[in-house]
Amino acid sequence: MTQRTLRLVPGTETLASRPLISSAALGMLLFVLVELMMFSGLMSAFSIVKAAAPGGWPPPGQARLPIEETAFNSVVLLASGAFLLLAARRFKLRRSSASLPLLVSGLLGAFFVIFQGVEWVGLVRQGLTLTSSTHGSFFYLIVGMHALHAVGGLGFLLSTWVRLQRRSLDSSVLVATQIFWYFVVGLWPILYGMVYL
Amino acid sequence: MAQSAQTVPHGGHEHHESHGLSYYLFPLDHKIIGMQYLFTGMFMALIGGFFAYAFRMQLAFPGMSVPFFGVVSAGEYNSLVTNHGSIMIFWVAMPVLIAAFGNFLIPLMIGCDDMVFPKVNRLSYQIFLLSVIVLITSFFVPGGGFGGAWTAYPPLSANAQYSLTPLGSTLWLTAVALEFVAFLLGGINFVTTVMNSRAPGMKLYDIPIVVWMIVIASILFTASVGPLIAGAVMLFMDQVVGTQFYDPAAGGDPVLWQHLFWFFGHPEVYVVLLPAMGITADVMVTFARKKLFAYRTVLYTAVGTGVLSFTVWAHHQFIAGIDPRMANVFTITTLLISIPIAEMCFVYIATLYGGSITFKTPMLWALAFVAEFLIGGVTGIFLGASGADIYFHDTYFVLAHFHYTFFPIAIIAVYAGLTYWFPKMFGRMMNDTLGKIHFWGTIIPFNMIFLPLFLLGAWGQHRRIYSYQNFPELAGDTMQNLRILATLSLVTMLLFQLVFLYNFFRSMFKGEKAGKNPWRATTLEWTTESPPGHGNWKEMPTVYRGPYEYGTPGRDQDFWPQNEPS
Ligand code: HEM
Repeated sequence: MTQRTLRLVPGTETLASRPLISSAALGMLLFVLVELMMFSGLMSAFSIVKAAAPGGWPPPGQARLPIEETAFNSVVLLASGAFLLLAARRFKLRRSSASLPLLVSGLLGAFFVIFQGVEWVGLVRQGLTLTSSTHGSFFYLIVGMHALHAVGGLGFLLSTWVRLQRRSLDSSVLVATQIFWYFVVGLWPILYGMVYL
Repeated sequence: MAQSAQTVPHGGHEHHESHGLSYYLFPLDHKIIGMQYLFTGMFMALIGGFFAYAFRMQLAFPGMSVPFFGVVSAGEYNSLVTNHGSIMIFWVAMPVLIAAFGNFLIPLMIGCDDMVFPKVNRLSYQIFLLSVIVLITSFFVPGGGFGGAWTAYPPLSANAQYSLTPLGSTLWLTAVALEFVAFLLGGINFVTTVMNSRAPGMKLYDIPIVVWMIVIASILFTASVGPLIAGAVMLFMDQVVGTQFYDPAAGGDPVLWQHLFWFFGHPEVYVVLLPAMGITADVMVTFARKKLFAYRTVLYTAVGTGVLSFTVWAHHQFIAGIDPRMANVFTITTLLISIPIAEMCFVYIATLYGGSITFKTPMLWALAFVAEFLIGGVTGIFLGASGADIYFHDTYFVLAHFHYTFFPIAIIAVYAGLTYWFPKMFGRMMNDTLGKIHFWGTIIPFNMIFLPLFLLGAWGQHRRIYSYQNFPELAGDTMQNLRILATLSLVTMLLFQLVFLYNFFRSMFKGEKAGKNPWRATTLEWTTESPPGHGNWKEMPTVYRGPYEYGTPGRDQDFWPQNEPS
């Protein structure tokens, strides 16, 4: 049994690994992967039911979704994402200067969630509920799931901001927050296109 | 988020030696968390095995009062089968193969002191424990445990009016959901740890195969579970809120669930298979004293299998009314996926070829894994062909087929791993003679249970039937005798597990001391104390070579540990 040793590397001690991606960011990426797949599941379920609906979509007799208002709200959410990008750039130059854009990003995000909530109240008044039809079920399920993620993301933004104020913000945490918030922001236009339009 | 602050750099920080009560109640140490998963999984295996015993007795001797259980009613039968399947897959195979071995082995095999996110790791076990409690509670609520099969197809699972288990089904679903959360947390930890915390010098191709397999399995799980979570939320809302996602009468679609379930369900098969393959590989090289044949090929094959496994799910639905043209596509992908798995089996055989093999207990289990799994794989080809499956679907042929895959995975490979790493886990050796008695006492009855079931299935016996007395063409003596044979073999096999339990717990306290490296193996876990202390090494190891350097010419020892400088 003569087997050649594949590799003898003297002095590999110096190879002490500097990770490509920080652990916080990698963990977050994996988490986002799960969520992305979950939304794909929801969206494909939705499109199958939508395509098979006998009376066209949305089903007759159900409230119509507020397309224009939500378009405006979408822009607000995208702006929130842009401010986070700005905050991250400033953070690299001078840490304290990231504070304001980070705060604005969070406030815009909060505005988005509240605006959605107000819209929901209106829709429920018009008779669109979770159980009124598959239209209502899917609408509240998909948009509600997104809202849950947005609320979670706001939590991340807030804790990042607090850490920044206390000067204990590690850049890997900022990166992880960014990954999650860009996911929330980037997913929304797709959901809007599929569910509202 | 908050965890990143606790990130433990490799070999970084001081360890506290104080082992208070909270250390064991709420441990952060990966080895203890691994043991928690192991013992919980073993406990659940006892329940799952007991359920199999109860419903098999009913099939062999219909209407009898089963010792230790009583008369099995039709509703109880359904619930026993459902929970047997769910427990064996979600609460035995997953926690033992991935969580227990993953937690115990990963830091030890890649040379670091703990997981990257120890607190997430602890949370993972706590959520898992909660899921166990919820599941066990569900057996005792009014209406009894869920009986709509582990695949939980609606409308049976969505509608209490059909399933008659209003609470049981919701608790079952909740338990499964909690279990998923636990494994997601664990999986994220595994992948991140292996990527970022390896010992200095350990390159990607120096990672032992078993660690790779657990990592690939975790990624597969992460990527496939999303759609099922979506489906489960919808099912939960159908059960509790009264939505009608799966109700065709209201514009929903029941087949939707089948797609969402199997999109996860099929990769899940590989999620448990790959770690089992990994354990087998590591055991085989050690007892064949030979380098793993084609390390990189095994690795690429596993990745390829993982990717392919996302394209085969609809082979579970050939008769669910899907378009026959689609069925053809899935037939082809299904037949394709048998190629990489067959290739891995050949690679293992090539590893054995020319090795100097010793038949210790772990090696016997590893060899049995390949042999038995092959039977499962070969019978799968018949089922993958959509034409043949129209006849075989939902018969005991399918059942025997997947038990010939799952039993090797969840039981045989686990025994291979347990007997192999036992010295590292507890610092003592298990008794080899008892181990061999247990081995033969398990393998022979195992085949005697399931070979007859292939026959019964080929003769048309359907699954999930409480009693065959009302089906004249299935109630004949020949078939009934085969059922009795299978059940008696099961009882024999279960009794032989006592030998294992005795050996396991006795050796833990009374076994011969193992020393650091009783099997003379090369990977890093064998370079530290048995059992390893908190922090794993006094001085963190550095890696100089690949994981399986056996029989290098010009050295007096036939193995060359990864951490020894040349
Ligand atoms: C201990 C030996 C085992 C025996 C004798 C056994 C026997 C059986 C039998 C007879 C059934 C079908 C009952 C029916 O359809 O009426 C069944 C179902 C099943 N078993 Fe096992 N089994 C064993 C171990 C395992 C293991 C280790 C796994 C997986 C890791 C497993 C997974 C399943 C699953 C998923 C089902 C389908 C449940 C359903 O139809 O919902 N079993 N088992």
